[in-house]
Amino acid sequence: MKRTQNLLLILGVVFLALVPLWIVERPAAGPDGEEVAIFGGADDQAKNLIGEIRPDYQPWFEPLIEPASGEIASMLFALQAALGAGFIGYYIGGARMREKMRREIEEAASKRDAA
Amino acid sequence: MHIMEGFLPVEHAIGWSVASLPFVAWGVQSIKKRIAANPEQRILLGVAAAFSFVLSALKIPSVTGSCSHPTGTGLGALLFGPAAMAPIGAVVLLFQALLLAHGGLTTLGANIFSMAIVGPFVAYGVFKLARSLGASLAVGVFLAASLADLMTYVTTSVQLAWAFPDPAGGFMVSLAKFAGIFAVTQIPLAISEGLLTVLVFNALARFNPKELQDMKLAEPREVQA
Repeated sequence: MKRTQNLLLILGVVFLALVPLWIVERPAAGPDGEEVAIFGGADDQAKNLIGEIRPDYQPWFEPLIEPASGEIASMLFALQAALGAGFIGYYIGGARMREKMRREIEEAASKRDAA
Repeated sequence: MHIMEGFLPVEHAIGWSVASLPFVAWGVQSIKKRIAANPEQRILLGVAAAFSFVLSALKIPSVTGSCSHPTGTGLGALLFGPAAMAPIGAVVLLFQALLLAHGGLTTLGANIFSMAIVGPFVAYGVFKLARSLGASLAVGVFLAASLADLMTYVTTSVQLAWAFPDPAGGFMVSLAKFAGIFAVTQIPLAISEGLLTVLVFNALARFNPKELQDMKLAEPREVQA
């Protein structure tokens, strides 16, 4: 039963991530014929909104290091996710084996007692 | 929810840093105490941090036509208490600020406050409330993790609206605008975070039933496979 629930949970996440790609329509190109970008970062939109509310605002500090390109940035994000996922997998794998061996020992013990 | 480097006025940047600092110190103390009492939970603490690492790296498209990411702080808040996530979230945010130019050092205090303080405390409070009202483990975990995620983004909206009130309509108009960007975008992502946190809890309930019982998160009958 838990297996079905887990499968449904994963499908739910995939579904929620796919639906926007489907339903969000790209706005018509502007007068200059340039395509409007969609699925940009919300953080960037907030930055633009600050520019609208306070056109005179100047950021007073710059990032110390910026990834040299979009490719390098996406590599670093992938690395971040991979490190995290790797650790979680290692932990759950270890916990699973421990639980399995504990059960096998218990079963062997109960068989021996029965004999 | 990452307010970019330099995008909070100096006094706000300092104010949020001062507000976050005691929570981070409290969190370090509470983690030390927990690990001293239960050294075997050290690796589970790593899992809580790793979960936040993964989820905050995933930028997922949303129905508003922009992308945002979950925070992954609900899991750790339930396992180790809300304060524990403050230093863990701070490490995640520092990594992103220094290596990815995502967020920043001057906005670190504000970002810690929304992601690593408000989120975890919401998760903890919602979980306790839901369980006291008789919700199952899965429903409690789902509500806790999704509302924590959502409230983090509401907090970011409040922080930005406070720093940049609308010239005509003031704080409330500005809040509506920032919330339109952050909070609405976040709704499907918050649901996803809730589902993923339940998934991890299912694995813990299956393979680490004793830990969950020791943490008083689950009744014995709820963790037996």
